[in-house]
Amino acid sequence: MKDLLAVIMLLGIYSLLSASFFVAMDAVDVAFTEASVGAGISTLLMLVAITMTGRSEHPVRHKPLLALAVVIVTGSLLIYGTLDMPYFGSAEAPIHQHVAPRYINDSMQEIGVPNIVTSVLASYRAFDTFGEVVVIFTAGMGVLALLSVARRPVDIKKVNSFNNSMHEQHLVLRIVTKMLIPFILLFALYVQFHGDFGPGGGFQAGVIFASSIFLYTMLFGMTTARRLINQSFIQILAASGVLLYGSVGVVSLLNGKNFFDYSALSSDPVAGQHLGILLIELGVGITVASVMVIIFFKFADRRDYSPSNENKDF
Amino acid sequence: MDTLLQVSSGLFLLIGSFLCLSGGVGILRFPDFYTRMHAVGVTDTLATAMILTGLILHNPDFMVDVKLVIILLMTLFISPTASHALANAAMHEDLAKQNEQ
Repeated sequence: MKDLLAVIMLLGIYSLLSASFFVAMDAVDVAFTEASVGAGISTLLMLVAITMTGRSEHPVRHKPLLALAVVIVTGSLLIYGTLDMPYFGSAEAPIHQHVAPRYINDSMQEIGVPNIVTSVLASYRAFDTFGEVVVIFTAGMGVLALLSVARRPVDIKKVNSFNNSMHEQHLVLRIVTKMLIPFILLFALYVQFHGDFGPGGGFQAGVIFASSIFLYTMLFGMTTARRLINQSFIQILAASGVLLYGSVGVVSLLNGKNFFDYSALSSDPVAGQHLGILLIELGVGITVASVMVIIFFKFADRRDYSPSNENKDF
Repeated sequence: MDTLLQVSSGLFLLIGSFLCLSGGVGILRFPDFYTRMHAVGVTDTLATAMILTGLILHNPDFMVDVKLVIILLMTLFISPTASHALANAAMHEDLAKQNEQ
């Protein structure tokens, strides 16, 4: 398959199908994240990438037999390594004997949050989630380091006149978007703070928030979006999300308990857990939204500065 | 009253599924981009609206109904706009190709 656009569409369809069978397996949090990140943001970012690289794959001139051999050897070694593990889904696996019953039985008393996925993600395994947030932040830093171009000064009047001339062509889209963006942002806030009671949480909320900004940028141009969201502001915001997350852990340490032990945050342990989960989900949401916006803006900047797009705004 | 609600929700769901299927058949069988857009533009939105209405009638819980109504409103806004965006982009590109020739 040489057409990259078709490949990207197939990936998006695959993501959406995975999300639907996650729902069929009753894993709604995972399905929500898969649908928003895989079928939403990933597809969009890859589409932006192929506007820069071109739509079809270059023909490969040699057959990569050595790579195929390496993959086969490594894959078979990995499969051999898993032969000793308990069967997939077996009820006697250690995780179903010790770990899962503890979470399911004790989560409501210890943490008091109805959604067990959030309590596992944010409280029992907060350190792993911290690692995830730092990975997202590092991805944003990587994109910033690799794809930065110096912005040349923009002629505001030329850009405004270009935007006004495009208004007629994009009229319906611009009006409907202006009406819908407040609701998308409101939904992002709802998902962020409702993660305790239903599917949701910081990751999905950050992605939904970022997607509303992508929508605005695509329809109104990069210059208008830059005036809305300053580059340094969004970078500070990305870092402060991770900082908020880490500070919650450090505050727990300073109060005498373990790192990320939220019962140290308040006199009542369960209230401390609630406060801790709220703060770290906020940190996650802020970082995810800012990093997505940073990545998209960097991709769009590269596209602006390619020679064929001299006169076009995004 | 109860059976009336169940029967009408089932009817809406059936009509919605049939519309969705016919939109899919239209995409596969029509020869050209614009005819395919014509097949799927209306039937996709209407099918989603019918299915959502069927679900609203099926469900007695108020909070779930409110959320479904909000989803229905959003779909009525977003789906036709998406169809318009596709057709507009295609027409714009066709005109650009014709101008180049």
